[in-house]
Amino acid sequence: MRRSALFSWLQAAPLALVLAIFLVVPMAMIVVVSFFDYSAFSLIPDFVFTNYREAFGSAVTWRTFGKTLWYAGLVWAITFALGFWLAYYLAFIVRGEMTRMVLFVLCTVPFWTSNLIRMIAWVPFLGRNGLMNQALIGAGLIDQPLEFLLFSDFAVVLAFVHLYTLFMVVPIFNTMMRIDRRLLEAARDAGASFWQTLWVVILPLCKPGIGIGSIFVVVLVLGDFATVRLMSGGQSASVGLMISNQIGLMQYPAAAANAVGLLVMVLLLMAAILRAIDIRKEL
Amino acid sequence: MSKTTLTRRGLLALGGAALGSGAVTGFPTIWAQNIKDVTLRQIGTGVSGLNPIAEQVKKDLGFTLQLTVTDTDAVAQRAATQARSFDIADIEYFSIKKVYPTGAMQPIDTQRIKLMDKVVPIFTTGKLTPESQMGQGTSPFSVGFVESKDAKGFAGKRTELMTLMPTVYNADTLGIRPDLVGRPITHWKDLMDPAFKGKASILNIPGIGIMDAAMVAESAGAIQYGDKGNMTREEIDKTIAFLIEAKRAGQFRAFWKSFDESVNLMASGEVVIQSMWSPAVAAVRSRGVQCVYQPLAEGYRAWGSGLGLMRHLTGLQLDAAYEYMNWYLSGWCGAFLNRQGYYSAVLETAKASMSENEWGYWMEGKPATAEILSPDGKPMEKAGAVRDGGSFQERMGKVVCWNSVMNEDRYLVTRWNEFIAA
Repeated sequence: MRRSALFSWLQAAPLALVLAIFLVVPMAMIVVVSFFDYSAFSLIPDFVFTNYREAFGSAVTWRTFGKTLWYAGLVWAITFALGFWLAYYLAFIVRGEMTRMVLFVLCTVPFWTSNLIRMIAWVPFLGRNGLMNQALIGAGLIDQPLEFLLFSDFAVVLAFVHLYTLFMVVPIFNTMMRIDRRLLEAARDAGASFWQTLWVVILPLCKPGIGIGSIFVVVLVLGDFATVRLMSGGQSASVGLMISNQIGLMQYPAAAANAVGLLVMVLLLMAAILRAIDIRKEL
Repeated sequence: MSKTTLTRRGLLALGGAALGSGAVTGFPTIWAQNIKDVTLRQIGTGVSGLNPIAEQVKKDLGFTLQLTVTDTDAVAQRAATQARSFDIADIEYFSIKKVYPTGAMQPIDTQRIKLMDKVVPIFTTGKLTPESQMGQGTSPFSVGFVESKDAKGFAGKRTELMTLMPTVYNADTLGIRPDLVGRPITHWKDLMDPAFKGKASILNIPGIGIMDAAMVAESAGAIQYGDKGNMTREEIDKTIAFLIEAKRAGQFRAFWKSFDESVNLMASGEVVIQSMWSPAVAAVRSRGVQCVYQPLAEGYRAWGSGLGLMRHLTGLQLDAAYEYMNWYLSGWCGAFLNRQGYYSAVLETAKASMSENEWGYWMEGKPATAEILSPDGKPMEKAGAVRDGGSFQERMGKVVCWNSVMNEDRYLVTRWNEFIAA
């Protein structure tokens, strides 16, 4: 008994060590630094609350956190709606393993280039003199170019949806494929309509996949700074962007305080998702 | 017998050394054999972190210059926090005001800089000509010298020890699309003209952006500054309020942070008037799009950068770094930078490396007598073209402020973030 307990500890040790060194220690450092004082030239080890007071005493910080949450919520809703039906199509409509695999690989095509390139590619498409506006004007639908297409919240959300829908599709598709088809037949035999089957059978069984997809999307959006900056043309702020600005100007303690705030927000959201959905069923 | 036989390898090395020393007179003074193994790692911005310079260093001096290019803020950040990850910082003077006091760098012994006395007086006395004004803000002279090897503060006068060896500088103004603005642009306040609603941009680097904003606010008569380069809290508040008001009214299309963003905004027509850097204007023009670096009545906002030695450099590497700095002033590099529309620190040697037509166009404000080629050999301007803003004296003589780090820097950055988030 003692021997086997020791053995399990040993087995867990490498991972625990890696996590401790590369996750716990840096996190702890961030928390420590967030209480430091700083001048234009250097960090001053101290224990002060000024960073938190400056950050969370300002309406701008709250607005920025609110805006970031708003992005996360909106992007989550859209990627979920899109991702669910894409996965549904792949899992239940498409016949034949081969076709399914080909279509699935097609979904991943955007991921063959980098994040940044996928984002930048939107610029010539959505710009004032971009392809979209030229097409719309050419078709006689509008006579003034639509300005909101680029450097706006619309552009930010569009880019997020483009970047992250796949993170929703994959886990939901995965859980759908595991659903026993006989359950669907039984539902139909028992007289359930399409929507009833969806609501009572498929959706509950997909919950772990939805949970994992939601975690991916929400965490990625909350931590983002590049998409928001590029697609809003620097006109909108997110918490990530605010932190990146502060790091760029060597205001590490202020950035750390905001990072701790963001971390708390992410952890609360994760807790909420995990409370609603038991993703361990998936594993 | 065998002792006196020269091997093929030996001959090649000798030949290489002879060629190397022949290319530039007086260089290199160190043995070519062991300096070839030296690698100097340089970090800087896209302004002068250019591959042709590294290639020419290899050719003329024999050692390897490894370039890392990033944005202005990131250079300062890396220099202050990861000083050992490179050897030479190609950094702006306003950044050095923050970085030098961290002790990451060592001062430069001016006695080892051969052309020190030929350096443009902006850097050595603070004034272009004895009569000219110094300009507000973090001028290169104010942070250019230190009293001693361990000093953390700046001397404010010429000493034997420099913080940065000046390399490149320029006078900045607004860039416009003359085909799209539809009227002559004469003042900084034109950036806020409601006619350009949704078509203006300003750069999102607080230390520089705030200066452009101050030029605009002052020009519009909205704010009077005691010293634009070192604003009080109240002045910062007013400037940010001025910017937020314009932002809420939809004046700005976007804010840019890197050189290529500004080029794309302008070339695509998203923006018709914005803060811009000189080579960005050239880059827009080289795409066949009209773009003018518009001189304005109030004058220019200037910047300068230089090479700084990291504290850990010693021995042969340090010698190589001094070789490199001397080479930088010796002509080829100055000419190369002048052809980008920047200015080099020693004009005499650069002049010798440029054709009369080039010198006339870039430095004297004369109409080009023949086609002007860009540094990579593409035609840039036709014969008869005149540089925007005119000669070196006219442009650098009208500098009213320099890019700055202010005493209220921390407050400024907080408020600037509010403007971006507003």
